Order: sequence, then C-alpha cells, then structure tokens
Amino acid sequence: MLEIRGLSKSFGGVKATDNVSLDFADGSLTAVIGPNGAGKSTFFNLITGAFRPDRGQVLLDGVDLAGRTPPEIVRHGIGRAFQVASIFPSLTVEETMLAAVGADQRRAGVLHRRFPLAETRDRAENAMELLGLANKRRRTAATLSHGDQKLLDIALALVLDPKVLLLDEPTAGMGTEERWRMIDKVRELWERQKITVVFIEHDMDIVFKIAPEIVVLCYGRILARGTPEAIRRNQDVIDAYLGTDHHAGAHA
Amino acid sequence: MSELQAGQGTALDVRADTKSTRYRDVLIALAAFVILALLPAFTGSKFLLDFVIRCAAYGLFATSLNLLVGYTGLTSFGHGMFFGLGAYGFGLMMQKAGVSVPVAFVSTLLIVLVFAAVIGAICVRLKEIYFAFVTLAFQMLIHSTILSWVSFTGGDQGLRGGIPRPPFLGIDLSNHLHLYVFSCALLVLGLLLMRQIAQSPFGYTLRMIRDNATRASFVGIDVYRAKLTIFVLAALFASVGGMIMALFVSGAYPEFAYWTISGEGIFINMLGGVTTFLGPMVGTVLLLILNDTVTRLTEYHGIVLGIVILFFAIGLRKGLMDFAWEWYVQRRDAAKERG
Repeated sequence: MLEIRGLSKSFGGVKATDNVSLDFADGSLTAVIGPNGAGKSTFFNLITGAFRPDRGQVLLDGVDLAGRTPPEIVRHGIGRAFQVASIFPSLTVEETMLAAVGADQRRAGVLHRRFPLAETRDRAENAMELLGLANKRRRTAATLSHGDQKLLDIALALVLDPKVLLLDEPTAGMGTEERWRMIDKVRELWERQKITVVFIEHDMDIVFKIAPEIVVLCYGRILARGTPEAIRRNQDVIDAYLGTDHHAGAHA
Repeated sequence: MSELQAGQGTALDVRADTKSTRYRDVLIALAAFVILALLPAFTGSKFLLDFVIRCAAYGLFATSLNLLVGYTGLTSFGHGMFFGLGAYGFGLMMQKAGVSVPVAFVSTLLIVLVFAAVIGAICVRLKEIYFAFVTLAFQMLIHSTILSWVSFTGGDQGLRGGIPRPPFLGIDLSNHLHLYVFSCALLVLGLLLMRQIAQSPFGYTLRMIRDNATRASFVGIDVYRAKLTIFVLAALFASVGGMIMALFVSGAYPEFAYWTISGEGIFINMLGGVTTFLGPMVGTVLLLILNDTVTRLTEYHGIVLGIVILFFAIGLRKGLMDFAWEWYVQRRDAAKERG
C-alpha cells in the first residue's frame, strides 16, 4: 500500500503541494485531476524523488521513501512514466527494454559480459508484448510515432516490475481516437498486472469512464476524493473545476 | 501501429549473436596484431614503424576519450592530463625508482587511478560546459605543477637523460623492433578491452546516460557512479597511451600534459567520428598523416589544420567513419529489401 502523509513542497512562496495525505490501496486505479498548476506533476515528482519534499512521508508498504533519490525509489517499486515521453532516442525498442531489465537486476555495471544478457530476455520480451511494441523491436526510439514513444515510456516503467505505477498524462498530445486506445491500454495493463496505478489526466470523459477512484487537486491541496459519481456531484469540485456545463454534459 | 520491421530476431539467435560478436572481435584483434607484427618483415622503413608507434599512443588516448564523449556524452577538455600523467608517472618511476618495466607500468596505472578518481569525483557531477571547463582547469593545474616542480619533473626541460629500459621476460624495449611489437600489442589489447567495455551491459548503461540521464536514474541507475567509473577507466587507457609515448621518445615533456593534447584528442574524434568504435582510430591515422605532411610542406601548419577542422566541424558535421558506417547501413538495408 502506498500512503502519503502530510506531503508538502513550496517553491519560493508558492505552495505547490500543501499537506497532502492520501492512501492508494494495492491494486487500485486512481485518476488525479485538477486545473493547470494544481500541483499534479509536483505531487508525482515528490513521490518519485525528482523533488525533495519539505515535509511529509511517502510510505510504500510501511517504508518511508520521502527524500530518497530516484534510483532508490524505483528499486523499492515505484515506477513512473512522463508527460513528455522520456526515452533513449538512439537505442532501439529492444535495447531499451533489455538495458532497463539489466539495471533492475543490478547488472548495469557488468563489464565482463556482452550486452544483452540472456537473463534479461524474458522480461523484456514480456513488456514489449504487453505494450504491443514487439513488432517494432528493431526501431530506434527516435523514429517511433508519438504514441509509440509514450508506450515505450510506459514500458520502461513497467518492465521494472513496479508495485506502483505513476503515469503523468499518458494521453498528452494525442488525438481523440489515440487517447482512447491509450487509456484502454492503461486499463488493460492495470487489470492484467494487478498493480497500483495512479494517472494524471485532463480529459474528463476518460477519467469518469475508466477510473474507479478520483482525486481532485487544486492549489496543491486535495479538494475532493471519491468515486466518479461522488466527484461529479461534489459542489466544491463543480465550483472550482468542472463548471456547471460540464456537469450537465457529463451525464449525456 | 502495425507496420512490421525487417529482421525480427528471436531470443535464440540474439544469444548466439552476442557470443559470436565477441569471438569476431577477438579474431579481428588477433589478425590486426599479426599484420602489424609482420610489417617489419616487409619494410625496413623506420619511419613507418615509428608512425605506427605514434598511432598506438594517440589511438589509445583518442579511443578512450571517445568512451567519454561518444558513449557517455561527457565532453572532457582535460583528458590529455592522463596522457601526461601516464608519461611522467612511467618515466619518473623508471628514472628515480629504478624498477622493472612491468612494475612501473602497473604502479603508473595505480597512480592515474587515484588521480582520476579524485578529479572525476569533483568533475562528473557538473553539467556539460562546466564539466568541460573544470576538466580543462585540472589539466592546466597539472601542467603548471610539472613546469614549476623543477627538481622533480625537470620543469620545462622535461625528463631528460633518457628513460632506462631494462629487459624483462626477453623483451628489450631499447630495441626498436621490440618496442614496435610491444606498442602494437598494447594498442590491440587496449582496443579490445575498450571494445568489450563499449559492448558490455555497462556500455549500454553509458548510452542511456548519454541519451537521457534523468530517465536513466528513473530506471534505477546510479548516474554519478557510472560516470565516475567510465571517467576512471578512460583515464587508465589514456595513460597507457602516454606510457607508450614516454617509451618512444625515451622521456616525458610538459607538452604531453598541455591542453593541446586534449584538443588534439577532440580533433581526432571529430575527424574520425564518434558513432563507431574505430572512428577515433581512423581519426588518429588521419591526423598524424596530416600533421606529418603539412609540417613538411609549410611552416603555417596550424592554419591548414584549422581549416580542416572547420571543414569537418561545420561543413560535414560528421567524422569519416560516420559516413562509412551510414553508407554501409544503407547498402545493407537495400540488400535486405532486394533479398
């Protein structure tokens, strides 16, 4: 279980994350929404070690990870994908996966053997299959389409066998149809891998359709949390974020 | 999302691939060594053999720099300091301590290891341009120390009086032929080891860091440690180049530790290209040929070399081996399509 306790971070005078406490049960799927600048990405950056929190705890199965470095946190089982696909442009899809598995098996420093290591093969293969990248294995990451680069980014997180997977806007920069394909993929991964998934998403239709649990952030604080139904009816959320139009439209 | 790529490998043949590439590299190295070692049998030209020895010294140095620049994305402007340290360390060890060649060789490597670890620990944390400048600053520091510590290093006169080269294991390095074969052996062995580093899992860790260090750390890689490791390894190979140079000229001079050595290393990498392993080796041969011919033809050789550098840097934007490699890949892909 991932428990966030009183997590806070300020930049200058701005409280980007303000005393946030949240629990994410094992195997849950949660969407994080909120207006621009609500502190959604900062929240992810604090959990994954990209930023050091001012205060608070990030407990994964009881171990406090707050303030540790990204490699340490990844090793404890929190993987992430980025808003702008963060990949290795000159490596092929297959090399990317094999190297990542090698890193996870603590073989990133091996000098006396040749890449790729046989023992990294199966997991890399699995991850490519899962994300539908197996037939593009020989392609260099830089030559992939935008959507495939996002998938590769997610594959990079998933191939490490994380307990918790944080996806920062998996559908960013995609057309409507591609968005749905991507989010179906995310849901499929969640169902098959039985891991905890938390994702940031802007498209309300997508969020209300697939997320059993929604967290609304606003000015760095939790505005509301609950099921899609509860969030849709929450007056604070409507005032601050959804607006009445969307509220009406969402039922249609 | 469904276009198929040519040449999908299965798990099995990739495994066979990795084994065979290793044997292939060893075979190529052996063949290269045999050809180089047999060269004196066909030519009595001392000039040619000297040329090969210099290629060995600079080639090891430039290839080790490529491990930093091309594979890791660390552009060091001070890599020449390890070339200089190798030459001075070895020369001083032979002159002052009077030990045997292998002992001097190994202890020089140890000294360079300590220097590289300390300097690297400070430098590899820094971002691009700061890394370049601080490595350059360390180089200047070492150069000034060599110049001013006259009683120990001979100052601007260098280590004079020749380096004693007592025979060991039947190898007599004061014999020109022995020195030639010895240098070739060091070159081939050094290249083979660096090739292994480049193609190891660690080599791919370096590529990940070069491409996207942030992402590498989110895959669980300790970026600092990996950068420091390759910084030290590259320094060791550079120092072997310096030791060959010290043996060749039977001395060590402050120029070996001057920033221009680092500059030549960068130049060689630009000439040969950094995307292939042998690019810097090709660049070394080119630069040395260029140097030798141009100095013979004109006293303004700096201008000629400058123009060549600009031609490669601004005109081509690639090294020679980069072009050769692209040409090969194109032909290969074309052949695949036809076949």
